[in-house]
This record gives sequence, structure tokens and C-alpha cells, in this order.
Amino acid sequence: MAAKAGKPLSFQDLILTLQHYWGDQGCAILQPYDVEVGAGTLHPATTLRSLGARPWRAAYVQPSRRPGDGRYGENPNRLQHYYQFQVILKPSPADLQELYLGSLDAIGVDRALHDVRFVEDDWENPTVGAWGLGWEVWCDGMEVSQYTYFQQVGGLDVALVSGELTYGLERLAMYVQGVDNVYDLDFNGAGLSYGEVFLENERQFSAFNFEHADVETLIEGFKAAERQCQALLALSPPLPLPAYDFCLKASHLFNLVDARGAISVAERAGWIARVRDLARGCAEAWVAAEDAR
Amino acid sequence: MAQLLLEILSEEIPARMQARAEGDLARLLGEALEQAGLQWDSLETFAGPRRLTAVVEGLPEATEAVREERKGPRQGAPDKAIEGFLRSAGLDSLEQCETRDDGKGPYYVAVIGRPGRKTADVIAEAVPAIARGFPWPKSMKFGEGARAQRWVRPLRRILCLFGGAVVPAEVFGIKAGNETEGHRVHGPGPFVVKDFADYEKTLREKGHVILRAGERKRIILEQARAVCSNAGLELLEDEGLLAELAGLAEWPVALLGDMAAEFLDLPPEAVRLSMKTHQKYFAVRDPETGALAPKFVVIANQVAPDGGEAIAAGNARVLSARLNDARYFWDNDRATGLSAMAEKLSAVTFHNDLGSMADKTARVAALARELAPAVGADPELAERAAKLAKADLVSEMVYEFPELQGVMGRYLHRHSHGLYVASVGPSAFTHDASIGVQGSEAKQAIAVADAIRDHYKPQGLGDAVPTAPVSAAVALADKLDTLVGFWAIDEKPTGSKDPFALRRAALGVIRISHATNVQVSLGDTISAWFDDVGVEGVIERSGTEHAIQKAWPYMDVKFGDEYHRTTLGEFTRKPPKTSDRDETIRWHDECRELLISRIRNDLLSFFADRLKVHLRDEGIRHDVIDAVFALGDDDLVRVTAKSRALQAFLDTEDGAALLAGYRRAANILKIEEKKDGASYDAEPEAAYLKAPPQAEEKALIAALAQAVPAARKAVQAEDFAAAMAALAALRAPVDAFFDSVTVNADDAKLRANRLRLLSRIRAAAAAVADFGRIEG
Repeated sequence: MAAKAGKPLSFQDLILTLQHYWGDQGCAILQPYDVEVGAGTLHPATTLRSLGARPWRAAYVQPSRRPGDGRYGENPNRLQHYYQFQVILKPSPADLQELYLGSLDAIGVDRALHDVRFVEDDWENPTVGAWGLGWEVWCDGMEVSQYTYFQQVGGLDVALVSGELTYGLERLAMYVQGVDNVYDLDFNGAGLSYGEVFLENERQFSAFNFEHADVETLIEGFKAAERQCQALLALSPPLPLPAYDFCLKASHLFNLVDARGAISVAERAGWIARVRDLARGCAEAWVAAEDAR
Repeated sequence: MAQLLLEILSEEIPARMQARAEGDLARLLGEALEQAGLQWDSLETFAGPRRLTAVVEGLPEATEAVREERKGPRQGAPDKAIEGFLRSAGLDSLEQCETRDDGKGPYYVAVIGRPGRKTADVIAEAVPAIARGFPWPKSMKFGEGARAQRWVRPLRRILCLFGGAVVPAEVFGIKAGNETEGHRVHGPGPFVVKDFADYEKTLREKGHVILRAGERKRIILEQARAVCSNAGLELLEDEGLLAELAGLAEWPVALLGDMAAEFLDLPPEAVRLSMKTHQKYFAVRDPETGALAPKFVVIANQVAPDGGEAIAAGNARVLSARLNDARYFWDNDRATGLSAMAEKLSAVTFHNDLGSMADKTARVAALARELAPAVGADPELAERAAKLAKADLVSEMVYEFPELQGVMGRYLHRHSHGLYVASVGPSAFTHDASIGVQGSEAKQAIAVADAIRDHYKPQGLGDAVPTAPVSAAVALADKLDTLVGFWAIDEKPTGSKDPFALRRAALGVIRISHATNVQVSLGDTISAWFDDVGVEGVIERSGTEHAIQKAWPYMDVKFGDEYHRTTLGEFTRKPPKTSDRDETIRWHDECRELLISRIRNDLLSFFADRLKVHLRDEGIRHDVIDAVFALGDDDLVRVTAKSRALQAFLDTEDGAALLAGYRRAANILKIEEKKDGASYDAEPEAAYLKAPPQAEEKALIAALAQAVPAARKAVQAEDFAAAMAALAALRAPVDAFFDSVTVNADDAKLRANRLRLLSRIRAAAAAVADFGRIEG
């Protein structure tokens, strides 16, 4: 499924190409997780599987929901819902940079013509207590991927250092197709545009996120998810996988409340700390179960 | 003599860490070689996007053999002493020692011989130790087992040659070799190299890597200037950006890209910052108008077959997306408006114990109004500007680019008066003239807008000092409020710690005062702050009581239904009985005054210290400034002028001689007053003044009668050179007096009068400064 000269990949072919490429590297090709998340990293296949001493390789597409980034479909680059292609290799092979560059070759980026650079960017996700060192990968000044060597997840030091790659699929596709507006992307190579699939979603969800989401309901939902997560973690033995689902739900509900502007700066840190505590509990329970298995 | 070449190749090293790594490698390698007893001719290190390199010239093949003798205990010494000696000398038994005799009996000597070591072995040991202990600001673990490593990013390859041969060094399980790698696209290699010259040449010619950061910088600057001048444009140079770019490209190539002209109506600072911080581009301007040109310079890391067209076009697209964001923020900010933003400042914390930004704004506005007349500003305008000065802190643009605080406020204020123009520098003035800014309302709006931007200045030594009246008033008020506020809650700078940049704020007050010649009493200003805010105000605003309480202990005194909060501590007398209401209130006020005066004096001495630092380069000594401050003057302009005049006077022969005369008088007085337990401050008796026994006394009396009023008058008129000249006239009579008059005359009355005359000399000097503070 490598790019043919002259015709850039459609959005879906881009995904298929990356799936084949990373499948060939021994990755399990998984499907998106069915809970709303703000980033592909939060899929348990990355967050939880990066912990413990068991090797693991996986790749998947994950829709990312960022309620605050919605622009009612009016901004050519910003979306409240977009796709990330996520790769995790645990432990990271020594030649991961070369493998990554090979994936760019596979999707038709001619590296003689285009300037690919690794620019310092230390990744951190305080809500799940995770950080790593790595780069933003720039292609002609466009950030097309995030490249991270995990050091800590769920507040725990990793036993094996994973290499994690996150491709921003819309951006990458816009780059490959030479398109300035995300809604103009060629979705399937047969006349369907990205806008035809998603423009209405952006309009409706922006209105929901910014204007109509009921703050009280959201806060109730947050508290309920928090309670459920804590209850599952309090079991003996705990159930970290379902508990983590509720941690993710709480995280997403927090993002929605935040987008409604209902959280003051002073309160924000407190909310984030609550989600982080849930994530840490899930991570600890997961590692304990892994070690026991 | 041989050469050491070391290269540590890794995945991309953050640009900001490279310069320091260059220094750290030089230091660590030098230390390791020196510890082994090696000497060398030169040691140089280089850092780039993927490598750290060191070359050491003129190392010997081996370290010199060392023979060391260590004197031990005498024969028959206790076993413990002998054991300890053997252990410290690294020996097993006494048989390995020599026995000597110094005439007091035989004793043991350990002769420790260390043979020379091969330099290659020293290096093989040093390299992994350096790698393990390298002080990266942030490092990561990578790999497992024998290949587990900690480096800034994964370490990939070690090249280590000594005298052309591979050194058997091993770092994190990676064996050193004689190969390096080049540019990922142009010449990945690996390439075998035989020495440093070959290494640098191979990297350049086959690998397309420029080893030296300095050369990469030069190439970037030359090319960037060239692509601009070819298009009739001018590069906006930026030293920090240049250094960063040299850390991001191994083979830098400058390309000129296009920016959509529609973005030129955005605030140019925002465009420039977006280019710089997000994209690492240089901005470009039109040399005719000084305005931004719709272009940018991007530094690519390769020579592309299409001449860089695709790279430039790709970068231009990204920039458009970035600037679309900037436009979105700018549109939102304009729609909100500065006045509405000002109302949101109560939600922004200035400091927990000093309230919100809205609280600060209110204080600064009151203070700016008070200071305005002294700088020639309209109090109304100063107050208006101060009320808007912090408003842009809640704008979306400043949230995105904190560096634009003030700058955005200026544009927003101009915008709300129909005076927005997307330009900076000279062209803005041209614009203001061309659109006919004549109306006083427009002129006022411009003055307020400039004050919003400039009230943060001066930030550093190179930064311009605001001198426009409204700007100066707000800048002074903002800084003084910050200083007094933090002093009130006892958050003062200590040692190297100055988290609230209070030293810079005080220096800013000094520089603005000097530049605008603003004459205000700092002490009065500080008192005014407390009149507006009060000790109680700080407590109320912060909503917590601990701030002042921890700094200045106080207590509540209940009288009837009222509480009187007041300070305790060593500087108050005991509280009165609470049954006496008036007395309680008096006591409260007294305590409050004491507290404020303590804060005031402490802050004034901080200003004196800052002034000393500031005037040091002018050759004005710290003790001269102390001597002037000691008289209680707290007007920075006057203190400075006086200090300059006094220093100039002391640098003259007359000045030095008068100082000597003053000291002689003061010393004699000190001794005699102590001996007699009496003060000689009073005037000499009229009879003595009229007819003193000696001509020299008469001359001195006459000179003092002239000089003192003259000096006082000159000080009053702030003509300090004249004041010094008046004092200078005393030099000859003072010298003559000491040469021929015996102060301690046998006649007690005469002695007393002469001592009183000496105290007149001391008093004369005090018209100008406290000469007693002058050292040396």
C-alpha cells in the first residue's frame, strides 16, 4: 500500500498504509478504544501496557476529543474531534528513529525534497501522571508527529522504556495532500471530502461543548465516575481495567466542564489532581496484577 | 605526543542544551586527564544536533611513573598503628617496607611506586565515567540490561581514537570504534576516520555536517542576510534565535518564504513572536518603511533538489495556520475590549497576600495620580492609563504570548480610539502624523496607549527608560507599589534570590527618576501607600492575616465593640489599659507609625544600596552615597546630584584636605567630649567670637561665618557644586588653625570655646553630608 508517485494518499489510505507498515514491524493492529479520550496515549493499550515488564507492540487509530478546541467548523486547522495514529513499541528498539522515518517514506514523504526535523519537546500529561523525553517531528515546519520515550506513567517509573509515536492524522494528510483546509481533505480517493463526513459534527459538538453541555449534569457524572473508579480499585483483588474506563470518563467530563468555562484557575489544579489520583490507582493496580500474573 | 579524538553520537540533542554540553565535556575530560597526571597542548569541544566531540592535542603516550615514600611508625610501635599504616599505604606486610634510622631509632618507610600508565587506558576508563556522570539538565533512561543507559536522548555510537588507534572504551555497552555518521539525507555513512582533521573534513565533505556551532551560525546569518537583500529586504536579526537554529541544523540552508499579505494588519510583534517561538523563523522588514514585509526566513537542514521550493511552501502554509490562530485571538480581544478586560482582573491573583491584579491596579492608579504632577503628567491621564495597564493580562493574545503584555494593551487601546495601526517604530509616528492626530483626545489616547506598553520598562540594562510623562508616572507607580507591597509583607530579596525582581524594580525607579528628573520624596510616597492601603488594607485585601502578622507581629486590642489592630514587638511601648479609649487609639496610631517608619527606612536603605550599585560605574563611592543619605534626604535625583558633587569635591585637593581637617576636628571632639562627659555643640561665647586670642582663630571664625550660610543657601537652591565651593573656602583657615592653635589650652574657658569652634567645623560639613560616613 505504499504511495504511488503522483497521487497522494487519501485520508483512509494514509491510515491503511500506516497500519500495514507498523503491522510489518510486529505491532498488533488494534481498534479505537470505545471511551472518549483527549489523546491516543490514554487508550489502555498504551497507558496501562507501557507499565510492567512484559514486551508489547501495538498500533491503532484513536479519535481524540478536545472540547475546548472546537471552532464551529470555521477554523481550517482546529477541531474538537480528530484522529491520532498511535504506535507503541515496548521496549523501544534501538533504531526506532529509522523505523519512524521509514513510515514517512511509506506514506509518500520524499525526504530529499522535504525537511524532516526532530525538535525538542518533552511530553507530559499531568492528568495521568506521565512524562517522557522526545521531540515534535517537523516536516517543513509542520508538526506531524509526537515522538516520546516514556519515563513515567501513572506516577510510576517504567520498567521498560517504550517508544511512543503519535501521528496527527489530519495534519499529516493535509501535508501529504497539499491541502490548506482540513475540510477539503480527500477522505476516500473517490470524491468524498473530510468536510462531508465531519463538518456537521464540528458545528453541533462545538455548540454542545461551549453552550449547551449542562454543567451540573457533567459534574454529577464526574463524581459518579470517580466513585465507581474508586470502588473498583477498592475491591480485593481490584479491577483496574474497568476502573480505568471510569477514570477516562471522569477525565473527559472534566474537559467538558472546563470548555464551558465553569472551572476557575484556582480550582483547576484540584480537578486535575483528582483525575491523576484515579489514574495512579489504576496504574498501580494494573502493575500489581501484571506482576502477579 | 598524540591526539585524542572523541565523538559521542546520539539522537537529536535539544538545541538549548548544546552550548552548555560543550563546556561540560571540556571540563570533565580535562579533569579526568589532569587527575591521571596528564598534560596536553590544547583541548577543544564541539556540540551539534546529534554529536558531542572533543579533540585533545599533544598528549603523551603514557603517564609518568611515580615514586612516593611514606614515613611510617617506629619499630615496636603498637600493632594498631602498624596495621593502619600498612592499610593506608596499600601494603600487606612490613616486609614490603624499608627500615631507616634517623638517629632516634629505626622506623618504617613505605616506598610506593606507581608505574606509568598508557594514556589509552586512562582514556578508556575516563570516557565511560564522563558519560555516566554527564550533567545534562534533563536526561532519560533507555535500553535494558548491559545496554541500559542514561543520556539526553538515546546514545548511538562512540568514536574514540588515540594516536590514530581505537581506544578500547565501552560506554553503556557500546564499544568505541573509528566510525562516525553524517547527515541523515545527504550522507548517512558510516565513515571511517583516522584523526581530527580527517574527521572534520569527512563530516563536511561526505557527511554534510558542519562540526562547529560558530561556523553554522555564520553560515545561517550570511545566507539569511543574502536571501533578504536579494529580494530588496532586510533581515530582522535575533541572536537568541540564531543560536537555537545553529543547534537544529547540521547543514543549514536559508530559504525565503512567503507570508500572506493579509496578515500584515496583525500586531507586528505578534507576527514576529509567532514566527520565532512557534516556527523558528526570522522576520523580514522593508528597509524603506521599517514595517514587516510579507516574507520570512526559514533555516532548512538540507539542500533540496528543487532549490527548497517545496520546503519554503510547506513552511508558508504552516505559518498561515499559526497566524490564523493569532488573528482569531486578536479578533476576540478586539471584540472584548480593554475596559471589559480590566473588569476581569479581580480574578487574577497578583500575590496571595497582596490581593488581585484589580487590587494592584487600584493602588497603582492612586499612586500614579499622585506622582503625575512631579513628572509633568496630567493626573487624570496617569490614572486612566494605570487602570488599563494590566488589563491585557486577560487577553487571549497575552495568554498565548506572555511576552506581549503591555504591547497588546497598547494596540487594543489605540484600536478602541480608531488609532490602530499595525506598525512599530518610526513608521508609527509617520502614521500618527499622516492621519492627522491633532485632536487632544487622540493625543491623550496615544499617550495612554504608550504608557500601557511602557510601564513595564525598563526591564533590563539595555531596555529603554520611559520618559514620556504619563508612561513615567505609571511606570514609577507600578514599581513603587510592588516594592512597598512586598516590603509590607516581608518578601524581600535575599542573596541571589529575588523571585519578584524587586532589585530590578528599584533600579527601574532610580533610572526613571534620573531620566525624567522627577523629584519626589520616596519616604512620603511610601507613607502615602500606607495611607491608601494601610497595614490593615494589606491584611483585608489578602483575606489572610498571616502576611503582615508573620512579618510584623501585631495584636488586636478590644475597646468596647471596636477592635484595634496593632503591632507588638520591641518597638512599641506596652499597651495601655483598655478602659482608656483615647489612650488606646493614640497607642494604636503610634504603633502603626512605628511599623510604617520601620518598613520605610528599610526600603530606603534598599534604594540606597541599589543607587550605590548603579552609580559605582560613574566612580561614585558607596560611602559617599551613605554620607548623603545619612542626612535623611530621600529624593533620588537630589541625592544623586549631591553625591556626584561631593565625590567630585573629595577628588580635589581642597576636598581631601578639608575632609582631613573635618576628621581631625571630629576626633578631637570625640575624645574630649568623652573625657569631659560634656557636649561642645553649643556656639562659642560671643566674647570669644569677637576677640579670639590668635589670628588663625579669627580667620576661621570669619570663614565659617561666610561658608556655612553660603553652603546652606546653595544646598537649598540645589546648586551642589556651589555648596562644595563654599566648603572649599574653609580648607585654608582650617589647616592654618590646626597648624598654630592649641585646642586644649590651659585656660578651661578658652579650651571650651575652641572645642565649640571645632564643633562648628563639624556642623558646617553637615550642611552637605555626614562626613563621618566617608571611609578611608
